[in-house]
Amino acid sequence: MTVAPEMTRWEGTLEELKGLVSPRALSGETVLLNMGPQHPSTHGVLRLLLEMDGETLVSIVPDIGYLHTGIEKNMESKRYEQSIVMTDRMDYLAPFSNNLVYCLAIEKLTGLDVPERAQIIRVIMAELTRLNSHLVWLGTHAIDIGAMSLLLYCFRERERILDLFEMLSGQRMMGTYFRPGGVWRDVTDEFLPELEKYLAYLPGKIDEYEALLTRNPLWIDRTQGVGIVTPEDAIAWGLSGPVLRASGVNFDLRKAQPYSGYETYDFDIPMGLHGDTYDRYLVRMQEMRESIKIITQAKDRLKKATGPFRSQDRKFVPPPRAELGTSMEAVIHHFKLWTEGFKAPKGEVQVMVEGPRGIISCTLVGDGTNKPARVHFRTPSFIHIQAIPLLAKDHLLADLVAIIGTLDPVLGDCDR
Amino acid sequence: MQPRDPVAAVREAFPGAVVEVVEFRGETTLVIQTDRIAEVATFLRDADGLKYNFLVDVTGVDYLPDYPRFGVLYHLYSMLTNRRLALKVRLGQEDDEDEALVVPSVTGVWPTANWQEREVFDMFGIRFAGHPDLRRILMPADWDGYPQRRDYPLGYETVQFSFNYDEIQKHKPFAKE
Amino acid sequence: MGVGQPQKTGNAGFLATTLEEMVNWARTGAMWPLGFGLACCAIEMMSTQASVYDLSRFGMELMRPSPRQADMIIVAGRVTRKMAPVLRRLYDQMPDPKWVLAMGDCCSCGGVFNNYAVVQGVDEIVPVDVYVAGCPPRPEQLIHGILTLHEKVRNENFSKWRRENAPARV
Repeated sequence: MTVAPEMTRWEGTLEELKGLVSPRALSGETVLLNMGPQHPSTHGVLRLLLEMDGETLVSIVPDIGYLHTGIEKNMESKRYEQSIVMTDRMDYLAPFSNNLVYCLAIEKLTGLDVPERAQIIRVIMAELTRLNSHLVWLGTHAIDIGAMSLLLYCFRERERILDLFEMLSGQRMMGTYFRPGGVWRDVTDEFLPELEKYLAYLPGKIDEYEALLTRNPLWIDRTQGVGIVTPEDAIAWGLSGPVLRASGVNFDLRKAQPYSGYETYDFDIPMGLHGDTYDRYLVRMQEMRESIKIITQAKDRLKKATGPFRSQDRKFVPPPRAELGTSMEAVIHHFKLWTEGFKAPKGEVQVMVEGPRGIISCTLVGDGTNKPARVHFRTPSFIHIQAIPLLAKDHLLADLVAIIGTLDPVLGDCDR
Repeated sequence: MQPRDPVAAVREAFPGAVVEVVEFRGETTLVIQTDRIAEVATFLRDADGLKYNFLVDVTGVDYLPDYPRFGVLYHLYSMLTNRRLALKVRLGQEDDEDEALVVPSVTGVWPTANWQEREVFDMFGIRFAGHPDLRRILMPADWDGYPQRRDYPLGYETVQFSFNYDEIQKHKPFAKE
Repeated sequence: MGVGQPQKTGNAGFLATTLEEMVNWARTGAMWPLGFGLACCAIEMMSTQASVYDLSRFGMELMRPSPRQADMIIVAGRVTRKMAPVLRRLYDQMPDPKWVLAMGDCCSCGGVFNNYAVVQGVDEIVPVDVYVAGCPPRPEQLIHGILTLHEKVRNENFSKWRRENAPARV
């Protein structure tokens, strides 16, 4: 039997691997195994070079950049409000969290106000995004470990969140709904009744998932004691979000440095004890319940809040359609905003929000024109993938799949 | 533990290291001498009353046409005192070669800086002295140039509409079976 | 012959058709795609497979992890310059006959990402049979694209079955 030529050819030299893998690999004592970039359980186009001793992982070298889209560079060539559409496509499981951090950065740079009603709508959407993201995480994490049916349940529940998104933003996934100074449009009539129905429906479903998994011996065997992170390591490696909290660090930006009025909501921060995959699972499940709590409060407030849904500062926010026919000033503002946008002052700001995966931070450098001089996003997936070798070292190959799943990376978020 | 003012503390511990203090929109940015960033970072992480234990973000900025051309921004956060601080170094004079753009690495202070500094190297060509594994991270290993620099072209291709359809179709590369 | 044959064939006992139609029908019946999810569109591709939209209705419930078991490839998401060689290699590893469905704007023409990193249309790397527009396309759109591909396969004629530049037999 002949071997296909592409399977025998080694592309690259062993020299390149020096320092990345142990010397045993170079002498052929351990096996080098390539996982990805096209692999069903790497959650995207993540490539991992694994050094295996039998079935034990000796070293892991992540290779990213297969989805590097040049979003940050592209945003520099677009006006501030034009590039909101790009932020959706970074972390495509949590589009509204990315919208939020970018809009908050613009608002901080320009000193723009956000009315209360807009903030409430933003909180509802950001928390729905968290639910959406956690549902996909649960489904894919479970299917990686072997619980196939969870994926089908989770996507059933997720479809209804996407319907809610569509009611407001007109798009299932990439809403681009948040704008500097507020949101694109007010909530529609059918949104609130549908949201109430969903809030009544979802908690029972989360109970069902927990009934399926939390005490399931197979699930516990695969997750408990796998990928332990100590609190010190977690902070030093910059882990955030549920991963950090599962290690027992009480840190959530919604409490520590509140934005968009999160300080006025009543919710708890779930924490883990051991920092293993099982605790991270428990933390995320509990977070979903807390999100439902926040949305329920926000929904009640939204009914009472009657103000405008976006800022009335006409230098940054376009006038409503109805004004265009009667006001010359409105026409001028509209024309200016649509032809050249607004100018932001010279300066550097940084804004952090708590996304579903962890801290999303946006660094925005303005140079006095209508385009940003530099936009940078610190994305949680980038930091978390960096920590895969820390978590997975000396584990079995099968545990690596659980560890990737529990970190919940999104490669679009990682590579940008 | 009493929180201390980071600006005064750094000025006291490292005389002459603080080039400038910028206050903008409630954020404090310390511009530090380029070769002293690692020691200042260590101090800010460990000193009592400061304890900036969480490195949020390392990012590069290209200030062209201003000189020094590049900046590296470090955003720190202290979980104990719930405060934020930004550090910045500036480097890159007009006649500097790429090899001269060197900043001390803070990987030894916060391990999370490892990949973020690699990204800055990949995107701006700024080298980090003492970095354990400085390779390209996002772009392919054989890529020419540093994409985030302001003089690097965006790589925009003309969009194909109906009026220029034939013209572009002629030059467009198409794959074979 | 087998025991149950008379029951199976019924009264007629035979079916007259052309080989071409028969093979094309069989090919559309269970077309297994390679799960090549890249970015946002991959999530919509998962939605299409999952409970609400249920792609299994069209005999496509099995996303193959290996290109060697796949009939078609759904390129879902933006293809970057770093990913392009990988995609071509996966395509080359697929056995004939093979079809390519480009899902989403980025994959069809570059979409909003007109820059240095993204390949402006995956047709520069692999020959595409069906383009599905949208950013990302709704699951209904993807299903429509797949049915369009089925339609295309059903109308293929015999001469197309052979690869045009297949190596000559010695």
